[in-house]
Amino acid sequence: MARSTTSYLVPLGLFLALAALLFYGLSLDPRKVPSPLVGKTAPAFTLESLEEPGKLISSDILKGRVSLVNVWASWCPSCRQEHGELVRIARDSDVQLIGFNWKDERPAALEMLRRFGDPYTLSVFDPDNQAGIDWGVYGAPETFVIDAEGIIRHKRIGPIDAKVWAQEILPVIQQFSPKG
Amino acid sequence: MPHTNTEPLFSMSSNHLIGKTLRSAARVGVLASALVCAGAAAYTLQEFTFDNPAQERTFRDLTSKLRCLVCQNESLAGSQADLAQDLRKEVYGMLREGKSQDEIITFLVDRYGDFVLYQPQIKPSTYLLWFGPFVLIGVGGWLLLRALQAKKGEPEPETNAAESARLHQLLAAAEPPDQAK
Repeated sequence: MARSTTSYLVPLGLFLALAALLFYGLSLDPRKVPSPLVGKTAPAFTLESLEEPGKLISSDILKGRVSLVNVWASWCPSCRQEHGELVRIARDSDVQLIGFNWKDERPAALEMLRRFGDPYTLSVFDPDNQAGIDWGVYGAPETFVIDAEGIIRHKRIGPIDAKVWAQEILPVIQQFSPKG
Repeated sequence: MPHTNTEPLFSMSSNHLIGKTLRSAARVGVLASALVCAGAAAYTLQEFTFDNPAQERTFRDLTSKLRCLVCQNESLAGSQADLAQDLRKEVYGMLREGKSQDEIITFLVDRYGDFVLYQPQIKPSTYLLWFGPFVLIGVGGWLLLRALQAKKGEPEPETNAAESARLHQLLAAAEPPDQAK
């Protein structure tokens, strides 16, 4: 009767495998589209400084140390939500935090930094989605982890909180930080 | 990103007073003018002018093949999302520069990933997606054939003498009269 046992077990096994696959699919968020840029050199940009109109900042600032590039806007509620955590990261860690102000208006952006604190080492201003398209930005907030060679190592879509920082971002930063 | 408000602009309660009808008529007026305003603010393809009809056709064709990443069930051609407008402008600019369809698609896929394509490209990471169903059909068909063949090879169940006598009796009784000679 061994044959008939397998003829029952094989379809059952196939069914369970399919069910497990579909069940796993339920836990995925279709809004989180993986970026093809991870593992590649961060796209070059030359953008105005947020604070000083006319002053140009280029992507060269990303070379030499691990940086976080945080895409944000004053109209974005989730950005406000993560802002406190960014301020804490700026205070407690020595990572270079670059603010990438995206599709925003300068006065509104500056007002938000004035009211809630400015966590950024440097802020660039991209009101027309000029560099944003090159970076594959499709919403805010998004945060890129960039290593000292200027290679994108991770992209976080959505706000950062203490848990995301500790479990998702910090390990990548540690992995790519120069030793010593 | 400005999100479309999906809440109803007004809600009608039950039929109360006749005056209510008049009031709701006024509301319809307000709603109608709101829609006109919304229409004025909406993105259209009108602002894009083309050198020739072929270029316009390419533009419409391309933008309907590409997915808007914000409103994921809308194409780049149809989406009212702000990002879709940015990307339409980008596609338009590249078309005017004389870039080919393939170059434009590569540009967007390099930045936003395969997800921008409604029809994924055929490459090793999408082989399973493209050929998986045929493999499943093949395996299923093979299993079916094997099962059928196994059944064919099985010996006919044997009948004993009493059973076959009974069988003949039943068959004879069931035979239509005009065929019985």
